[in-house]
Amino acid sequence: MSADPKGERIRVLVAKPGLDGHDRGAKVVANALRDAGMEVIYTGLHQTPEMIVTAAVQEDVDVVAMSVLSGAHMTLFPRVLQLLRDQGAGDILVTGGGIMNKDDMDALEKMGTGRLFGSGASTQDAIQYIRGEVEARRTRKPN
Amino acid sequence: MSGLRPDLDAAATAARRHKDAVAAAPARDGDFTTLSSETVDALYTPADLDGVDYERDLGAPGEFPFTRGPYTNMYRGRLWTMRQFSGFGTARESNERYKFLLAQGGGGLSVAFDMPTLMGLDADHGRAEGEVGRCGVSISSLRDMEILFDGIPLQDVSTSMTINGPAAIIWAFYIAAAEKQGADPGKLRGTLQNDILKEYIAQKEYLFPPEPSMRLVVDTIEHATKHMPYFHPVSISGYHIREAGSTAVQELAFTLSDGFAYVEAAMARGLDVDEFAPRLSFFFNAHSDFFEEICKYRAARRIWARRLRDRYGAKNPNSWRLRFHTQTAGCSLTAQQPENNIVRVALQGLAGVLGGTQSLHTNSMDETMALPTDHAAKIALRTQQVIATETGVTNVVDPLGGSYFVESLTNRMEQQAEDYFARIDKLGGVVRAIEAGFQQREIGKAAYVYQLQLEARRKTMVGVTDFVEPDEKIDIPILVIGKRVEDEQRRDLADLRLNRDNARASQALSELRDAARGSANLMDPILECARSYATVGEAVAALQDVFGAYREPAVF
Repeated sequence: MSADPKGERIRVLVAKPGLDGHDRGAKVVANALRDAGMEVIYTGLHQTPEMIVTAAVQEDVDVVAMSVLSGAHMTLFPRVLQLLRDQGAGDILVTGGGIMNKDDMDALEKMGTGRLFGSGASTQDAIQYIRGEVEARRTRKPN
Repeated sequence: MSGLRPDLDAAATAARRHKDAVAAAPARDGDFTTLSSETVDALYTPADLDGVDYERDLGAPGEFPFTRGPYTNMYRGRLWTMRQFSGFGTARESNERYKFLLAQGGGGLSVAFDMPTLMGLDADHGRAEGEVGRCGVSISSLRDMEILFDGIPLQDVSTSMTINGPAAIIWAFYIAAAEKQGADPGKLRGTLQNDILKEYIAQKEYLFPPEPSMRLVVDTIEHATKHMPYFHPVSISGYHIREAGSTAVQELAFTLSDGFAYVEAAMARGLDVDEFAPRLSFFFNAHSDFFEEICKYRAARRIWARRLRDRYGAKNPNSWRLRFHTQTAGCSLTAQQPENNIVRVALQGLAGVLGGTQSLHTNSMDETMALPTDHAAKIALRTQQVIATETGVTNVVDPLGGSYFVESLTNRMEQQAEDYFARIDKLGGVVRAIEAGFQQREIGKAAYVYQLQLEARRKTMVGVTDFVEPDEKIDIPILVIGKRVEDEQRRDLADLRLNRDNARASQALSELRDAARGSANLMDPILECARSYATVGEAVAALQDVFGAYREPAVF
């Protein structure tokens, strides 16, 4: 299994925030990231932003990947970003996907999420994106 | 006699020779499996129907085992109901959409609730923030239900409600709203989805552990049987199982096994199978593999009929007769080149009709991005009207019956479903299998396999894996639901809590809690909660005090 370019395995928290239980996408992505050699922790369903951020910090992940299909993304993504910053964990990449229109995705990316993936996205694109982005962030990091 | 053309040895030999010849011909490099990755032959002939007995396995439409359709002359007698699922924002906004759909010639209403309502939370609950009115209408109490159906006489329409965890409570709101209109509850027509087993398996909108959830389902079945003879208390649903990524056979098998579990639970309550089974209905997906879908519906009817008669001893033909609603596959739609979705939906809808559906929802082209606009919803309804009036498929009953391929695949899917029933039985039945994560894992595996096939381009989605327009700018209008809805609902709810008879509401809730500790049917105390304007969140909390909540293991 290939790890990230620096040899340290990428750790990803795949999270299902909010009330929506449509977990097909989250599980497919979790499987794909694991098969790509990443360490994947899946939160299970119905997580609050607080629960997700606590898990992200405790598990010391590089990435939080959230799946939202209920239309609540404009509430849930900004909340997770804010809570991560409050915890001093603003360097964690927040990415994800679901049912969202382009305008919302653009607005969220401006607020500080990484790339967001809509319907029809390929897991290979997500894997490549996460590898590239984590590498860039690790290089930027002072330690 | 066996086979549909059983007479001559010479014919059988010729049929085998044709099959072999076609199989041996050079083929292009393509994927010749169904959407569910089932291998299919290049040609089907009478040789594939050895052992098929026309009377026993097909029979007449409207007669056991109903393979050819639940009714004698099908769409010549009556077209399917064009039932478009909708709901968004506030009750008032959805009320306007319903009146619009009825005015456009839609035949029945189908209510979509928002996530907080589906999860039994009031609009002003903390966990409801950002979710109110987003993917359906927000209903927290009888007050919202009164507004939702304002000016729509409930005694005259049939209403389907897609609600599961809090189904008994929402149904009570509906009954109470009808009572307030002066309607006789005994005359109300409609369907409650109320299929909690598929929630644990696929959609995950459960509120209580499986055992008390099953009790609530049986309570609603009993209540409908005794007091509301025209209401379908459960719509046993494969739709969500399929959307979660199952194969067609998994959809068929898990849905029917859920149905068997409800029948067994209701019989264990002491209900007569012939009193309640005629009121059970089904809800299937119509995905893109045309023949696989048609065979799925035909197999479903035959399996149900045989099981109800032979295992459960039902004597009333209405107990054997599986009737179903169909919705086209949301998961087959693409955000890319969204107008293509209109075509997908038309073909899927046609499969539902050729499979003999009793009602149909056709998806709108914009649903991968948001809830549909009025314009997109109208095209979806018009698509059904084209199928019904222009294609001629309604003239002949089960026009594909007798097709070597269709009959052969129907048989194969029936057999594969029976294999799943045996595996579930071995695990101790549906509930035990769910608790062991069996169905969930099977579906998860199938979803992942399909995704890998797409990415390897062994399966195709037009506009996504092939025929891609890289510079495409997706530019269709989108329905936007603002934060205003949430603020409005919260204000209305605060007002309700202040102005209702709070003593009556708390009395009703405490009686519900007491009843839940016993074993009596909970519909009466739930109806009293509804009439006293107790909210869905309050009633669910009262039940959770007794039943507890449920959390599934997080596996992938």
